[in-house]
Amino acid sequence: MTDLGAMYIGAGLAAIGIGLAALGVGNVFGSFLEGALRNPSAADGQQGRLFIGFAASELLGLIAFVVAILILFVVK
Amino acid sequence: MAGDINPMEQFEVGKLINFQLFGHDVSFTNSALFMVVVFALLALFMAGGLKRQLIPGRWQVAAEGAVSFIDSMVNVSIGKGGKKFAPYIFSLFFFILFANLVGVLPLAIVPGLHTFAVTSHITVTAVLAFFSFAIVLVVGFWKHGFKFFSLFVPHGAPMVLLPVIVPVELISFLVRPFSLGLRLFVAMTAGHILLEVFGSFVVQGLNAGGPLGWLVSLLSFLMIVGVSALELLVCAIQAYVFALLTSLYLHDAVHLH
Repeated sequence: MTDLGAMYIGAGLAAIGIGLAALGVGNVFGSFLEGALRNPSAADGQQGRLFIGFAASELLGLIAFVVAILILFVVK
Repeated sequence: MAGDINPMEQFEVGKLINFQLFGHDVSFTNSALFMVVVFALLALFMAGGLKRQLIPGRWQVAAEGAVSFIDSMVNVSIGKGGKKFAPYIFSLFFFILFANLVGVLPLAIVPGLHTFAVTSHITVTAVLAFFSFAIVLVVGFWKHGFKFFSLFVPHGAPMVLLPVIVPVELISFLVRPFSLGLRLFVAMTAGHILLEVFGSFVVQGLNAGGPLGWLVSLLSFLMIVGVSALELLVCAIQAYVFALLTSLYLHDAVHLH
């Protein structure tokens, strides 16, 4: 296998993490909606926590993206 | 591979006016130009809303809504003693929001005009994040002195676990400025790369011609429209998250838990 081929495979493997972060973000919003539909009057007070959870799980996907970009464009 | 179109080209910083100061390169770049544009838009928005009419017009209602939005976020997140940080959170939120929105303006339709997303560079977002972190440190040590270190010791943690918990808390505290800056920078960069890649599909599909090429172009164009709408949402969410996390960190500094 050439180095270039290995690089592309590595970047593709790093992209798996982005899909897993998508599961996490979906879980955050899905659980919020589930709780919000059960008790809509309490939902507005929890929006800050919703976005904190979103930010925390999204960050890991973004880091996976950074790794893919580093492999593609920075590693020589 | 996106063919001839390099998706990273849009992030290049170019000199507009060459300028040297004591042997350092302090040229006026396109990044600086768009920061000035963002500042001018923000100043215009606030100046138009500060007329203090008894019966507010639409513009004043918009500006008051912006101020009260930040005010309520600061009240909820920082709580008592958070009022004096509201101007900083306000500047942070609206600078990031306006920079993000100016960055996705489709002005590249006009040849030669090309918007530059200021927040898609880690040099900019890291400075904002380090500012937030520095304010947290200064406020924390100013108010609590060395008691500020009790931030790393959670209430009610058993003594046996402390050698594990304290280093973990310390690392999670020290990582904050990096995660804060990295999140905004990567979210904006990723969105712009995505748009550029679909844009290159449109061009290449039209170049290839034939029904299949046109179909690819059409589908990619529809995708660009959808992704642009998503980008607008991401712009607002990232600005909100940055301001929210900064105010939460300030809550730690002011109240120590």
